[in-house]
Amino acid sequence: MTNVRFFKTVVFVNALVPLALLVLDLYRKQVGPNPLDVVTKTTGMLTLIFLSLTVAVTPLRKIFGLNSLVKVRRMLGLFAFFYGSLHLLTYISFDRAFNLLSVGPDVVKRPFILAGMTSFLLMLPLAITSTNKMVKRLGGKSWARLHRLVYLAAIAGVVHFWMLVKSDTRLPLTFGFIVLFLLGYRLLVKYMPAPQPDTNSSLFRRD
Amino acid sequence: MQDKSENVTDKQVYLNRRLFMRAAALAGTATATTLLYRRLNPRPAEPVKGDKLQEVVQAPQEAAIKQGLAVTDQLTPFDAITNYNNFYEFDTSKQGVAYAAKGFVTRPWAVSVEGLVNKPKVFDIDELLKFPLEQRIYRLRCVEGWSMVIPWVGFPLSKLLEKVEPTSAARYVAFQTLLDPNRMPYQRTGVLDWPYVEGLRLDEAMHPLTIMATGMYDETLPPQDGAPIRLVVPWKYGFKSIKSVVKITLVADEPPTTWNIQAPDEYGFYSNVNPNVPHPRWSQATERRIGEYGRRNTLLFNGYGEQVAHLYQGMDLVKNF
Repeated sequence: MTNVRFFKTVVFVNALVPLALLVLDLYRKQVGPNPLDVVTKTTGMLTLIFLSLTVAVTPLRKIFGLNSLVKVRRMLGLFAFFYGSLHLLTYISFDRAFNLLSVGPDVVKRPFILAGMTSFLLMLPLAITSTNKMVKRLGGKSWARLHRLVYLAAIAGVVHFWMLVKSDTRLPLTFGFIVLFLLGYRLLVKYMPAPQPDTNSSLFRRD
Repeated sequence: MQDKSENVTDKQVYLNRRLFMRAAALAGTATATTLLYRRLNPRPAEPVKGDKLQEVVQAPQEAAIKQGLAVTDQLTPFDAITNYNNFYEFDTSKQGVAYAAKGFVTRPWAVSVEGLVNKPKVFDIDELLKFPLEQRIYRLRCVEGWSMVIPWVGFPLSKLLEKVEPTSAARYVAFQTLLDPNRMPYQRTGVLDWPYVEGLRLDEAMHPLTIMATGMYDETLPPQDGAPIRLVVPWKYGFKSIKSVVKITLVADEPPTTWNIQAPDEYGFYSNVNPNVPHPRWSQATERRIGEYGRRNTLLFNGYGEQVAHLYQGMDLVKNF
């Protein structure tokens, strides 16, 4: 068990490294001419990275048998929510100057913000129900069903990113392919008949 | 204690070693994450020093402001202007352009002015730098919703066009950026249709506010800002002000323009700054002035309405966005 705890510590520390560097750069005024742009982009990118990592856990487990990854899945998801919250806070505080009433019209006016807000609102119930208590209260099955929303959150996040770039769509498309691959993999496993003879193959092991 | 086998590691040593390994693993992964972050988030590049431009004429302030040749807004610092660039020929990241454009060779350089003119001519850059240079303090509004105030140095485009004598058939002016993937690495990618091209109506091109800039802050232009010579049209979104120009062609019909080719419903030929006409994906009502934290209201024609509104008399600015 101590190994698991150490593994969690490693993931936790590394997940906070980008935030530490961002704060350090802000403090030393080394974020370039448009600091808000850097904060917005960095937190947004980190949200997508952690969303992708979260949905990558199951396929990685099944393909490579990396079962210990599941121990950090909740943490990865919560970091996605954490960076997503910082991203939203940056928008509300600096872009909207804490004028919450202006958020509504802005969401309608700027469709990419609608997509981003959708992604965040989808993550919100997942973060709330992330505790062990909530898993018990909801029951494993319905909890798992609810948490499939993470795929929608990831897709909405990618759409949000894709909609706001002007022409260089390579990065949003990369995220898009990753998320689609990870989602497609799950669908494939679900709907493809399991190969019978090789029962030891870890590739299609069901658990 | 004494009968311990030589091969069994002492428990304390074992624990120490494990602690050491763990510390190393933690430090190692954190370092790797740091390096990855630094790689993806480069710090601002060292400023490039340009050559001092001589004999830059400054109009008397009061008259200059009245004619739109200068604004009283606070100037955007040199470091900001040179580290926050949209110049897709070098990089699509605004902070990355300064690095990618470092060492861009701008000699020899020539600008060919041709098409429907009586006296087509290829101008060497050193000849263009001898045009009487003026300072122009203009607002620059990017279509993305940010803005700067830049002290350009240059000369009115009309002075150049007069030299080649446009014929009566000429109604538009087409501009082209250098095409050389060896010097402009992103021209190897398909992010835009290369070379970058832009265009103006002839009366817009002849307008006294339209300049060819060869410098800013009294120095020659840094590569990332469009060295050695670029167009500046202060009442239009920044992408109309084409950089590193090699060809200017007088034509009869509206020429194709790069962003319009890229997304016709998002970027029109005119692209005048207009807070009332939103970009299909975002509002243009406000902008962030680089260096400020809140957002300020965007002005019609970027605040140059008094000087340029007559050019668009009777035109539907929503249709001709």
